[in-house]
Amino acid sequence: MNKLKRILGLIWIITGPVAIYYLIKTGAGEIAKKPVIDTKIQWGVFIGIFIPIAIGFVIFGYYSWKGEYDV
Amino acid sequence: MALSSTQGIRKVILASSLGTLIEWYDFYIFGSLATVIASQFFPKTNPTAALLSTLATFAAGFIVRPFGALVFGRLGDLIGRKYTFLLTLIIMGGSTFAIGLVPGYESIGFAAPLIVLLLRLLQGLALGGEYGGAATYVAEHSPSSRRGYYTSWIQTTATLGLFVSLGVILLTRHFLDSNLTKSIAKFNDWGWRIPFLVSIVLVIVSIYIRLKMQESPLFVELKKSGKTSLNPLKESFGHKLNLKIVLLALFGATMGQGVVWYTGQFYAQSFIENVCKIDFDQSRTILIWAIVFATPFFVVFGGWSDKVGRKWIMIAGMFLAVVTYHFLFNQLLSIADLKNKIELTEKKEVNNSLVPIGSTGNALRTTTTKTFFDDGTIVSDTKKDTAYAATDRKTLKPEVKISKQLGSVGYWKMVLLVFVMILYVTMVYGPIAAFLVEMFPTKIRYTSMSLPYHIGNGVFGGLTPFIATLLTTIYVDNKLVGLMYPIIIATLCLIIGAIYISNKIDLDLSD
Repeated sequence: MNKLKRILGLIWIITGPVAIYYLIKTGAGEIAKKPVIDTKIQWGVFIGIFIPIAIGFVIFGYYSWKGEYDV
Repeated sequence: MALSSTQGIRKVILASSLGTLIEWYDFYIFGSLATVIASQFFPKTNPTAALLSTLATFAAGFIVRPFGALVFGRLGDLIGRKYTFLLTLIIMGGSTFAIGLVPGYESIGFAAPLIVLLLRLLQGLALGGEYGGAATYVAEHSPSSRRGYYTSWIQTTATLGLFVSLGVILLTRHFLDSNLTKSIAKFNDWGWRIPFLVSIVLVIVSIYIRLKMQESPLFVELKKSGKTSLNPLKESFGHKLNLKIVLLALFGATMGQGVVWYTGQFYAQSFIENVCKIDFDQSRTILIWAIVFATPFFVVFGGWSDKVGRKWIMIAGMFLAVVTYHFLFNQLLSIADLKNKIELTEKKEVNNSLVPIGSTGNALRTTTTKTFFDDGTIVSDTKKDTAYAATDRKTLKPEVKISKQLGSVGYWKMVLLVFVMILYVTMVYGPIAAFLVEMFPTKIRYTSMSLPYHIGNGVFGGLTPFIATLLTTIYVDNKLVGLMYPIIIATLCLIIGAIYISNKIDLDLSD
């Protein structure tokens, strides 16, 4: 199980930036499609709130990879 | 250190739960009245923009919750649990009451939505501080062998708060006039303020009860020995040893729990009303019945977690949600689908009315068609447009509103489906207070458990109806596309929870 946790750690590290990229790409696309204030606020909120969470997810992955959750 | 008498712990639970229930009530009435509030506080030129503005305000109420967790969690670990969650109650009650007093957009212009937004943010802050305090307070009074059971009473408050808010709204909406149509019109005009104003009475009672409570015995002991934390924020999130537990609590438990909760209790209702087009009252009473039947299971699963551990009950709840959501929501669509019903053509009713618009000679034309179906379903189709006096002027596209009233079989089928969804909520949410409390040491417990709880519930969970609705506007052909969000988040969380989290119950909280 410890080995699995460490391997998954790497996946979580990669998932964080991928999620941020996908979020920004979708947000930019939606704003370009409908450049009104509501769309900008919505996506601004999503991106602003989920980026720190994605960073937290990368840290979680890093700890996992380093064996901090080993038993 | 736990209270030895059952009567003592009951008092603690009652005092804590009542205040928490009122805070949830205060928080939910805003969301439940989103459409009415939109018409009162946001420019009416574009109803969609008005509704989105309210939803954004609603989201702001959720997003600010983690900050409340930090502010009040820190206070709770520095000065104690009792005074901190007393303070959150006062802030919540004051803000809710004040929302009921704010003049509308037509009276004071843009100051109105700004004040409402500010008050909504205060509500979010207060809620962020409340839950961690109440859960910690009850857990620190409970015997270790029944911690899951006793804290699960706190877990019922969020659902009961929603129940009370829906009940008060429906009652107010129906009893402002003997004529229902007039009563609803009065409610939309000024009656919506009543649920907000009523809150102050409940809050005063709760403050009185809480003032009589004693501080948590574990915190008192910690303070006596001079071992309270000097900087709870730094100790909670600045040290790897604790931060890694905070992250695990978030990604392995609260994130999935939050989306399961908000899908079952909020997105389901929004889906029934806006996608299935079930009428206002029925879409709410369906949820009310489902809540009534499902709420005892919070205590059942909380108590059961004392015997079998917290982890697998929560993981099972997430798993069931992930594999059955598609089916359950599809069933909701199917029940409301008119293709599955036979129309009773002989009963069809069509009513026309023309109401003159001032002295223009034009008139507001309303055509209401009522169609009856074999299973008791009644569909009201209301079309409104302007009939112009000038013959050369063409009538614009009419405003159309469709509202379905289900027959009793369809209605109770929907209650059953929502009940199943709330049953999942009770599985993931019933044991979680005990689970979180046991993860962190007493001196930073309030701060450490509040943040993952409110990111999981406030951000991941609270944004569920909003993100799910947004997905349906991007992928318009698929009515179930909104479920992608809770399914992906819950799947990720259950994988992490199953692999990383231990099922062992920490019996000693005084570390």
